[in-house]
Amino acid sequence: MLRLDCPFCGTRDEAEFRCGGDAHVERPGQDVSDATWADYLFNHDNPKGLHLERWCHVFGCGQWFNVARDTLTHEIHAVYYMGEAAPERYR
Amino acid sequence: MKGYSAFSLIRNALQGHRHWQPLWRNPEPKRSYDVVIIGAGGHGLATAYYLASKHGIRNVAVLEKGYLGGGNSGRNTQVTRSNYFWPQSAAFFDHSLKLYEGLGLDLNFNIMFSQRGVLTVAHSQHEIEMMRRWTNALQINRVDSELLTPAEIRQIEPLINLHSRFPVVGGYIQRRAGISRHDAVVWGFARAASALGVDIIQQCEVTGLDITDGAVTGVQTNRGDIDAGKVCIAVAGNTSMLAAMAGFRVPIVSMALQAMVSEPVKPCLNTMLGSTTIHMYVSQSDRGEIVLGGGADAYPSYAQRGGIPIVEENVAAVLELLPAFSSLRLMRQWAGINDITPDTTPIMGSTPVRNLYISGGWGTGGYKAIPAGGDTMAYTIANDEPHALIRDFGLDRFERGALIDEGAASGVAH
Amino acid sequence: MRRALRSEQGGRIDRSKPLDFVFNGKAMQGYAGDTLASALLANGVRMVSRSFKFHRPRGIVSAGVEESGGLLAVDHGTGLQPIVRSTQMPLVDGLRAESQNCFPSLNFDLLRIFDVTRSLWPAGFYNKIFKWPNWHVYEWAVRRAAGLGRLPDGARSARFCHMNAHCDVLVVGGGPSGLSAALQAARAGEDVLLVELDVEPGGSLLHDASGLDGQPPLAWLARTLAELQATGNVRILTLATVVGYYDCNVLTIHDRVAAYRREDPIEVFWKVRAGRVVLATGAIEQPLMFGNNDLPGIMLAGAMQKYAGRYAVRCGQRVVAVINNDLAWRSVLALPGAGIGLDAIIDSRHSINDALLDQAREHGIDVFPGASPVAAAGSTAVRKLQFRDHDGRARTIACDAIAMSGGLSPTLHLYSQAGGRLRYDQRLACFLPQECRQDVVVTGAANGEFATPETYNIGSRKPSAANSSVQWVDFLHDVTVSDVELACRENLRSVEHVKRYTTTGMAADQGKTSNLNALTLLGELTGRSPGEVGTTTFRPMFMPVTMGAIAGVRRGEFYAPAKRLAAHDWHATQGAVFEDYGGWQRPAYYGSDRDACVRRETLLVRQAAGLFDASPLGKIEVQGPDAAEFLNRIYIHSVPTLKQGKVRYSLMLNENGIIIDDGVFVRLADDHFLLNTTSAGANAIAAWLEEWQQCEWPRMELVINPVTSQWAVVTVAGPRARDVLCSLAGMTDLSTQAFPHMSFASGVFEDGCPYRIQRVSFSGELSYELSVPANRATGFFERIWDAGQPFGIGLFGIESLMILRLEKGFLHVGGDTDTTSNPFDAGFGRVISNKRGDFIGARSLQRAEDRRNDRRQLVGFEVVDRDAVVLAGAHVVTGTGDARRSEGFVTSACHSPTLARTIGLALLERGFERGGEEIQLYDQGRLVTARIVDARFYDPQGERMHG
Repeated sequence: MLRLDCPFCGTRDEAEFRCGGDAHVERPGQDVSDATWADYLFNHDNPKGLHLERWCHVFGCGQWFNVARDTLTHEIHAVYYMGEAAPERYR
Repeated sequence: MKGYSAFSLIRNALQGHRHWQPLWRNPEPKRSYDVVIIGAGGHGLATAYYLASKHGIRNVAVLEKGYLGGGNSGRNTQVTRSNYFWPQSAAFFDHSLKLYEGLGLDLNFNIMFSQRGVLTVAHSQHEIEMMRRWTNALQINRVDSELLTPAEIRQIEPLINLHSRFPVVGGYIQRRAGISRHDAVVWGFARAASALGVDIIQQCEVTGLDITDGAVTGVQTNRGDIDAGKVCIAVAGNTSMLAAMAGFRVPIVSMALQAMVSEPVKPCLNTMLGSTTIHMYVSQSDRGEIVLGGGADAYPSYAQRGGIPIVEENVAAVLELLPAFSSLRLMRQWAGINDITPDTTPIMGSTPVRNLYISGGWGTGGYKAIPAGGDTMAYTIANDEPHALIRDFGLDRFERGALIDEGAASGVAH
Repeated sequence: MRRALRSEQGGRIDRSKPLDFVFNGKAMQGYAGDTLASALLANGVRMVSRSFKFHRPRGIVSAGVEESGGLLAVDHGTGLQPIVRSTQMPLVDGLRAESQNCFPSLNFDLLRIFDVTRSLWPAGFYNKIFKWPNWHVYEWAVRRAAGLGRLPDGARSARFCHMNAHCDVLVVGGGPSGLSAALQAARAGEDVLLVELDVEPGGSLLHDASGLDGQPPLAWLARTLAELQATGNVRILTLATVVGYYDCNVLTIHDRVAAYRREDPIEVFWKVRAGRVVLATGAIEQPLMFGNNDLPGIMLAGAMQKYAGRYAVRCGQRVVAVINNDLAWRSVLALPGAGIGLDAIIDSRHSINDALLDQAREHGIDVFPGASPVAAAGSTAVRKLQFRDHDGRARTIACDAIAMSGGLSPTLHLYSQAGGRLRYDQRLACFLPQECRQDVVVTGAANGEFATPETYNIGSRKPSAANSSVQWVDFLHDVTVSDVELACRENLRSVEHVKRYTTTGMAADQGKTSNLNALTLLGELTGRSPGEVGTTTFRPMFMPVTMGAIAGVRRGEFYAPAKRLAAHDWHATQGAVFEDYGGWQRPAYYGSDRDACVRRETLLVRQAAGLFDASPLGKIEVQGPDAAEFLNRIYIHSVPTLKQGKVRYSLMLNENGIIIDDGVFVRLADDHFLLNTTSAGANAIAAWLEEWQQCEWPRMELVINPVTSQWAVVTVAGPRARDVLCSLAGMTDLSTQAFPHMSFASGVFEDGCPYRIQRVSFSGELSYELSVPANRATGFFERIWDAGQPFGIGLFGIESLMILRLEKGFLHVGGDTDTTSNPFDAGFGRVISNKRGDFIGARSLQRAEDRRNDRRQLVGFEVVDRDAVVLAGAHVVTGTGDARRSEGFVTSACHSPTLARTIGLALLERGFERGGEEIQLYDQGRLVTARIVDARFYDPQGERMHG
C-alpha cells in the first residue's frame, strides 16, 4: 500500500488519493492533425521505472499535485506542485 | 512428439516413469530466423504453434526473458468465455472458445477445460436492462446466453445470498464458458510448437530492435544478435517498452491486476460467478481453492505484486454475495501486469515499423484469447495482412477514433 | 490422558486447570497452556488426519506455523472451521476437533486407493490423460477427491473488525531477539509495537532451558518484559501474526487473540504504518528426505524438544534422531532429561563435535556418524527405521518416534515481500537476507544468527540414495522426490516450473517445510547450487487469513453505505417503495402494485399535479471572474450568452467527444453559475471540473463548489403545479410573463426559509424545481403536500418520472447513450456546428469517424401492434438465421399510460434518415414489429411545458 506525501496535508494512505495518470501532458490546439490529437488522447510513454504522474488528494484537500514515482519498485522519489517543473534529476 | 494417453501413462508407470520425453527442447539461439516472436507466454507460443502447424513456417524462435509462461499466462484466473457485446469481439472470442474446446486433443495435452458456465448477476432494474441488451447481442452473434431469475440463480449456486446489500434481481449465464488450467495451456502449446521445430529460448531478453529503412531486420538480446525476417511483440504488460525500442508509442497503461486464492475446500461453487455492482468474480479450482479475481491497483505499475486495499475490497465483495466463505482463509495474493487499452480491446496487427507485428493490449482478457490470438496472428504474420477476425483490432483505430469499447454496454466485468 | 506421555512436572501448562475436549467424537483432556497439538500428543494420538492427494496417514510434525500434518477441522466456540493448525490452536475448554480428508473414517479411509495405485498418479498425470471426450466428464470425480476441508454450513454470525496503527518501530517476533530489539528501541524513547504469534512472548525461552547471557531464560524474560512495560511506550500483541509486508512499510496483522478469550469481535485485521521494521521472525527447521518420512511419529527435532520443554509431553519412548547439524544435536540431547528415551542418533556427517559425542555417550545413546536413513516403516505410525551405517551396511532399528532435522531455514517471507533480496549461504545451507530498499532490519535466527562457524556445522540435505520407498518433499501436497525428478526429466527445470508442475509449495503451508528441500534437490538434479536455482516468490499471506477478518465490518449496510434523502422517513410514511439508484435510496413508486402505481402516478402528473423528490440531482456552484469562460469550455452550448436568471440545457463531453453528462445550468449572477448534473454523475462531474481547472487552466479564477446535499429539491409538475406553488406565502410571481420556461429566481418564504426555484421540465408538463436547505426538507414537503391537496396533488417516484420523460423523448444519459455516443448521435449536431471556440471533446468531433452517417443514432419508435410488449435491451435486427445482424438496440421502452401504446427510443444505425420505416425488434428469441417515429411522442410542440 502506497503512502503519499500530499504537499498540503502531509503523508496519507493510498486510499485517500486518486492517480490521474501522466503529468505534464500538453493539450494541443484544435488545428492539429488526427494523429497528433490521438497521440494526446490515447498514447502513453508508460515507462518501467521513473514515471511523472499526477495525483489528487480526493479524500483530503482535493488538490492535484505531481509525483515522481518508480513504477517497478513503487518508490516515491519526489512530490511537487501542479504547474511546477519536475525536479532536475527526475526529468 | 510421443503421444500421451492412458496407455502411455500405465506403460511408463510400470517403468518407474523413467522414459518420459522432455516437454520441449532447450536449443541455443540460431543466428537467423524467419520469424522471431518476443515473449513465450500463451500468445507468443500459440502464434508460433499455428505458424508452424497451419502455415508451414517452422524456422521460428520464441524468445523469453524469464521462464516460459511466467507472465500473465501463469497469473490469471483461468476464465474462458466469449460473452462479448460487439460483433467483432464476439466473433473473435467465440473462435477462441471453440479452439479451447478442442485444444486438449489438438495439443495432446489435457488443458482441463471445464465448461461449467460463467454466471453474472444483476442488482438493479437498470442492470437488468443492460443485461437484456447484452444477452440479445450475444444471441444475435450466435453466442450462447440465458437470462436467469433469482430462483434459477439460487438453484445453480446454492451458496449465493440473494438479499445482499444490493439484492440479486436477475442474471445470465453463458454455459459454454468455463475455466481451464493456465499452465497446461502454455506447456501444451510449447510442447507442440517445439515438436514442430520452433525454438523456444528461455532466459533470452531482447535489449533492442534492428530497424533499417523503416523495417525491422533483427533483434538484439543478452544472448547475441538474431536476424529476423519478421518480428512479433507478444509481451503483454511490457508492450510499451518494446514499442519504445521500435520508436513509437502505444495507447497502453500497465497496471497490476490482482488475484488471490483461499485454502482448498471440498466442491461448493459450481460456476464462475461474477457481479459488476458488487465488484467480484470468483470460481473454485479443481484442487478446491476459491480463486478470487481482483481489481487492479489504481496506478501504473510494473511490480508483479498487489497492495492491500484491493484485497479488502474484493474479499468484502465476495462475502457480500457468498457469506459462507467468511470463515475460509485467504492463502495467497499475487498480481500480473496488464496492458490496458482505452477501449479494453486488444491491439493486433501491423505497426508503423514494417515486418514488426504486435499482439498486445490484452488487458484483463488475454488468457481466454490465447488460441484465437495465436491463430489470427500467425495468419497475419504469414500473409502480411490482418486475419478477418482482427481487422478492426489494429493500432490505427485510435487515430481514426474507431474504438471498440466493450465497456460501452457494460453489464459484465471485462 | 495417558500419564506416561505427560511428565509429572515442568512445562508451562497449568495442571490445576484441566480442559475437556473432543477429538473425532472421543472425549479427551488437556491442560490450560496446551495447544491442541500438544494435548493430542499427550493423549497418545499419533495419526490425526489424512493427506491431500494420497490419503496417507498424517501426524503432528511441528510445533509452529510450519505444521503440515495436524490440520484439523476445529470448533472452539464459533462454529466448525476447516484447516486449523492444531499447533497454533490454544486448547480451550469444550473444543471439538475432527480429522479432515478421510472417508468414511480416519482409520478406514477408502480413498487410500490412490496411495495403493500411487505410481499411476505422478506429478502432472492429469495433463497426460482424461482428454477424451473432454475434461468435464472426469472433473466431477477429481473435484470431489480434492479439497482439504469442508466449508462450514451456513453463514457465520461472527464479527470481525479492523484496526489502524502507527508506530516508530514494529518488531515482528517476540523471541529473545525481538524482545532485545524492542527493549533497545523502547529505551531510546521510540514507540514500539511488538507482535508475537504465540500466546505469550518468549519464543525459545519458553522451552529451551539453556540460558541466555548466562541467566536462566525465564528470569531474563520476566525482567525484560517488566522493563518493556515500565517504559510505557511498548504495545505487545499476542496470538497475532504479521501476514503481509507492503510498500511504504505498511504491514498487516491477523490478530486472533479475542477468539480464544471468546470476545467479540473475534478477529482483528490490523494495518500498521511503521517507521522502521525489525524482523525477528526466527527460523524453521527443515525435514530430511528419506523413505516414508511422512509417517506419523516422525517429527522435527526442535518440535520434539519444544513439546517436552514447554508442554511436558513425551513424543515417544524409543526415539531415533535422524539429523545433520549441531543445533539438532542440542535439541535431541535435551530429550533424555525430559524422560524421553533416545536410542540412537543417525547423522550423515562423518565428523562430529567431540563435546556432543561425549554427551551422547553419557546418556548411553548409540551414535552413527556418516550414516544415512533409508526408510521408515509402519502403517499408521512409525515402527522402525532402516538406515545405512558409515560402511554402507543396511541396519534396522525399532522406534516409536523419529526426530529429524535438515537444519534451519530463516523465516524471510516478510523480508521477501518487502522487496528484500536473498542470498544463499553455503555454510549455513540456507537463504539469508541481503538487501532491501525498505527500512527494515533482520535480527536473530532470521538473520542466520543461530550459530557461529565454531558451533554450527551442517551436513547433506540430499535425499537418501537408491531407495525403493517413496521419499516425500511436500507433506501437504504429497509431492515426492520422484516427482521432482520427473519434472526435471521432462525439462521443467525452472524453480517456478517445478513448483507449478509438481505443486510443491502450493499447499496451505506455502512450502514452509518443502521449498528448501525441493530447490536443493532441483539443484542437485540440474547441476546448480541452491543459490542459482533461487526461490519461488514469497507472497502475502505469510499465514492464511480468515476472509471475514479481511473484510472487517464491510458487510451489509457497511459494504456500501446507502445515501438517504433528507425526507426519507416522510416518504416512507407516504408508502414509498425505495430502490437503489446510483447509491441513493429513492422512492421508485408509492403503493404496493408496481405497475398500477406507476400508471396512476404518470396520469396524475399529466392531469393534475405531482410531487417528486429530486434532491439527489447534482448541484455544483461555479463562481469567479472566469466562471463563464470556464463553463464555455465544459458545455457544448454557449455559456457567456446566457442572461442572469435564465436556465439553459446542455451536454458535457469527455475529450474523446463522448457524452458523459447532461443537465441545466443557471446564471445566478454575472460571475456565478449553478450547474445541475445527473444524480449518478454528481460527484464525478465535480471532481472532473476540479481536475480541468487545477491541471489544465490553473490561471482561471474561479471556485467549484459541490452543493448537492445542501439543498433538498422538490419537483412540482403538472397542469396545476403553478396553482399549488402560488398558494405558498412568499412565493415569487410564477406567471408565464414574469417567469417563463427556463427561468430562475430565489426568495424567502414568510417563515424565513430561503428557497431557489427554477422552471424546468423533465416530464413535459408545466414544472418547477424548488430547493430549500436540506435540514428543512421534511417540513417543506409537508407544506407543499398540504397546499396541493385542493388541486389533487399526489406523489410520484422515479419509475413514473422515467415514463413521463420517455413520452417526451427526453434523453437519459447512461441509458439512451453509451460510451460510444457523441452529440451527433443524440441529435445535437446543430449545436456543435454553432458553437464557437474550443470546448472539451470538440477536436474529437472533427474526425471523419465521428461524423459518419451510418453511426447509431437515437430515434423514437412505436410498436405496430399498439400493446405488444417491448423491453429496453431488445435489438433491432435485419436478416434471419445466420445472416441475422443487429443494427442497434432499444435504450428505453414502456407502455405509455398517456398514449395507450408501446413506445421507446433506440440507438439505430442511420436512424435519422429512416423515419417511418418498419423495424424488427428481437428479444430473447421473440420478434416484434415497430415503426420509427418522431421521438417527441407527446405534445411535440411543447405547449404544455411552456404554458
